[in-house]
Amino acid sequence: MIGIDGVTGQISGLTRQDLERWIENAWVQPDKLADGYAFREIDVARARLILEMRDEMEINEATLPVVLLLLDQLYDLRRQMRDLNSAFLQVVPRGVRLDLAAHLAAHSR
Amino acid sequence: MERELADPYTTLGVPRDASQDAIRDAYRKLAKQHHPDLNPGNAKAEETFKAVSGANSILSDPEKRGKFDRGEIDASGQEQAPRESYRNHAEGGSGRRYSRTGPQSEGWSDADFGDIFNSVFGEGQQADAKRPMQGRDEHYALSTAFLDAVNGAMRRLTLPDGRTLEVKIPPGTADGQVLRLRGLGGPGRNGGPAGDALIEVHVAEHRHFHRDGQDIRLSLPVTLSEAVIGGPVEVPTPGGPVSMRVPPHADSGTELRLRGRGVPAHDGLAAGNLYAKLNVVLGAPDEALEEFLRNWKPKNPIDPRQDMRELP
Repeated sequence: MIGIDGVTGQISGLTRQDLERWIENAWVQPDKLADGYAFREIDVARARLILEMRDEMEINEATLPVVLLLLDQLYDLRRQMRDLNSAFLQVVPRGVRLDLAAHLAAHSR
Repeated sequence: MERELADPYTTLGVPRDASQDAIRDAYRKLAKQHHPDLNPGNAKAEETFKAVSGANSILSDPEKRGKFDRGEIDASGQEQAPRESYRNHAEGGSGRRYSRTGPQSEGWSDADFGDIFNSVFGEGQQADAKRPMQGRDEHYALSTAFLDAVNGAMRRLTLPDGRTLEVKIPPGTADGQVLRLRGLGGPGRNGGPAGDALIEVHVAEHRHFHRDGQDIRLSLPVTLSEAVIGGPVEVPTPGGPVSMRVPPHADSGTELRLRGRGVPAHDGLAAGNLYAKLNVVLGAPDEALEEFLRNWKPKNPIDPRQDMRELP
């Protein structure tokens, strides 16, 4: 767990004002503690990605919420896919899985 | 180096005489398209992005670009520092933190299945997974003392899984440089080769030496009489102390050069020089000196602050 200064120290080019605004916008959601914020690794990585999108890809802050909304939905789906995948491997017999894969392969062309 | 890399101009799709602006625009366009966090699960995008970043790190820096153009460095330049990826976190359980499907996303409803059933999973992935696959590159950081980086050293790195790696820090290693240990990364699958271990070296500051490319700079304290009359002094260098003669009438701030006593020759670069900047130290109060100065009438009086008064 690291605090707000730890994050700005780790990510060059990120100012405290930027990060505070992003937290206010709920683009970055660290845990709130009595004496400040505690960032997990995912929060730090997300702040870095937002900074790259803004500064290197020139996605301005007015457009960023749209990109983040779509990105979060993409990752929601990918997590669900993984869950589904592992459920299938555990629950569905191999023969059925093969049939299903063959069916999908035939219909995706 | 080990791997043949494409010409960075080709990678970014710009002519060799492209302006820095054109290079930046080309990089940004490609970064938007291939950023791995925007293309999760797409290994090709990740490879492309690595190549694009590497090309940009050479061409976006006019100094490195010049070196590349003159053939002084090759396209591999320096390896890019490992990047913390958002996708690795977002795809795991911790990614639920930023879920947009609300609190019910922890569970599964029938509707979810309908949405998702169109993709290939299970056997589809398994069939693909029979291909030989190269293991992942693994990233580590290693801190080293200034002189070990300049002179070269062997270091032992203990990995989180308990393995140890003997890491050879080559002479002249710079802060942030990445060393690649072939085949010491993650194991390959289905007979594929192992990945590489990439070790980013962090070089600590030195109390006296400062590195400036191949040269080393230091501030060398001298006494008043050494500065005025001159004489032999001992100068520390990365290779050990060396005797140097201070010429008479050397002033504070005079820079003396010890040729070839900087960073040793490495990777086709000649050994650098050591630059010692004299710093006159008066030491404890001395009555005789004070007495002398009170009665001293300089033959050529100077005004050392003349330049300052001419400032606007």
